[in-house]
Amino acid sequence: MDRYLLIVSTVCFLGAIAHTVTELRAGIFRPMRFNFVAVGLGFIFQTAFLSLRGHELGRCPITNLFEVIIFVAWSVALFYMVVGPAYRLSLMGAFTAPVVALLQLTALLAPIDHPHRAKLAPNSWLEFHASISLVAYGAFALACIAGVMYLLQERQLKTHQIHSIFYHLPPLTDLFAAITRLLWWGFGLYTLGLISGFFVGEPLPWAQIVCAIGVWILYGLILQGWYLHWFAPKRVAALCVVGFSAALTLLWGITFSAQTHTP
Amino acid sequence: MNLFCVGLSHHTADVETLERFGGKAEIDCLLRSSGCAEALLLSTCNRVEVYGASQSRVSTLDIARCLDRKLDSHISPESAPFYRYENTQCVRHLFRVASGIDSMVIGETEILGQAKKAYEAARASGAAGRYLHRLFQRAFGVAKHVRTHTEITRGAVSVGSVAVDLAHKIFGNLRDCKVLVLGAGETSEKTARALVSRGVTDLRVSNRSGERADNLAHSIAARAVPFQSWLNQCREIDILVTSTSSDLPLLSRGELEPLLHQRIDRPLFIIDIAVPRNVDANVNALDSVYLYDIDSLQSIAEQSLAMRREQVAVAERIIAQHVAKFDESIARGLSRAPQQLEHPSVGESSLRPSEM
Repeated sequence: MDRYLLIVSTVCFLGAIAHTVTELRAGIFRPMRFNFVAVGLGFIFQTAFLSLRGHELGRCPITNLFEVIIFVAWSVALFYMVVGPAYRLSLMGAFTAPVVALLQLTALLAPIDHPHRAKLAPNSWLEFHASISLVAYGAFALACIAGVMYLLQERQLKTHQIHSIFYHLPPLTDLFAAITRLLWWGFGLYTLGLISGFFVGEPLPWAQIVCAIGVWILYGLILQGWYLHWFAPKRVAALCVVGFSAALTLLWGITFSAQTHTP
Repeated sequence: MNLFCVGLSHHTADVETLERFGGKAEIDCLLRSSGCAEALLLSTCNRVEVYGASQSRVSTLDIARCLDRKLDSHISPESAPFYRYENTQCVRHLFRVASGIDSMVIGETEILGQAKKAYEAARASGAAGRYLHRLFQRAFGVAKHVRTHTEITRGAVSVGSVAVDLAHKIFGNLRDCKVLVLGAGETSEKTARALVSRGVTDLRVSNRSGERADNLAHSIAARAVPFQSWLNQCREIDILVTSTSSDLPLLSRGELEPLLHQRIDRPLFIIDIAVPRNVDANVNALDSVYLYDIDSLQSIAEQSLAMRREQVAVAERIIAQHVAKFDESIARGLSRAPQQLEHPSVGESSLRPSEM
């Protein structure tokens, strides 16, 4: 039953993509309502899925790779709902929907929704650590999307090649403000997640800890570099893409090793 | 009842012809002498058109005579290249005009305001009745629909407006932007005024001749900066407009680079409208610096115009749908309840082909 909710949610995100592609191909894009409503509906069905799954498991639904991917997709949509209207990043919906749809389609199609082999004992620190870290991933994902938008806009301005999409992207300074705000949110939440990881009370592989700290240092350096004027905004935007790729790799590594090492 | 449009525009007439017929015609003349039941005059710098409704055919020559200002020229009402559209063609033409498709600069929106003014004047004088009321109200709706559902108004098509649009795309709100205008000529003044009109309040002017800088600064409520220290301003300004007559570049990459270290996270938009150019092209390679010269601005204006032209077909499809709906609604509405309309003297049930 809960998978049907996820399918409906994915259809909503695919609807947003189809709408954007149709309008962009026709040279028209009226971004405000349709994408916001489609992403909003997708988010509601995602939330319903996670809620049902959580009740079923009796804990936060991040017990396997399938649930982790959905939780990350939910975090991305959550940040879009919060950040999108606030910064008026109207085309962000067009960029967010494909990322979320891709994550959900991967989760739905790949045979990864296996119940956790071991009965997990309730551990509130572990649940807090995992869920807050995944919400931080949502912020990093959206910073990555805003980074891609920034790079697109910047390239058009630098090369003087103005395309139709130029008029639908937000101003550079607004995009950069969104990137830095998302980076701070993501970094703060990730730091909380990292600290709470030390209170989990279960042994964790050293490789995981080192990689998690590595990602934390990478994002810390991006923020430090921006604050101290080491990096131009273009570089910060590019590093957001690199950072999120590294974070995703780490996430996959953690989930994969958790599944394969559980007795 | 026939709806018709008789007119001249930039497509068919030169400026001299437009001047001769494009003044303020007596609307009474159109109503009385030519026998129109309703009449409306749309006169702009690129077109003069009379929209009318009449029981019997009003000749183009009668209308041309009403419009004739009898100036001393070789053109006469008989020889002027007036065009004429009847009924459905007239409706289609007005929808195209109001949507900016028929304008010299495709997609310009000024024409809609001018059409609204013309309609208001005709309505106030009683010259526009129920036919023209319906026609123009629908035309305003169609123009809005076309603007909302196509990219016909997208992108700036003049050098000045391209520069201002780009500034918006870099900074968003221009209210907090600091602008330095280098050079005190007419071009500098025009660009500065365009930026002020879009919200810029912190404006500085620098010129080799201090007196000219002072004069320009005074006229645009700016602050004059000594020419010797203009380069240092690059540490804090957001937009630099250069248009001096210097033969050699005034700003090179090597001069600008050290000034940008403390402002690397803030973009610098340089509009170099001087010929020869005042800013070395290599400056554009610096991070967060966006350099546009007159050629690149013109090229973007042409790209926008090309983009607008591509949208004409989409707009035409929308207009065709509205024309069909309008014809239907006129046929339906007038046959159903003529007594509910404002001008009961017009008794026919629908538009019919012109009586040629």
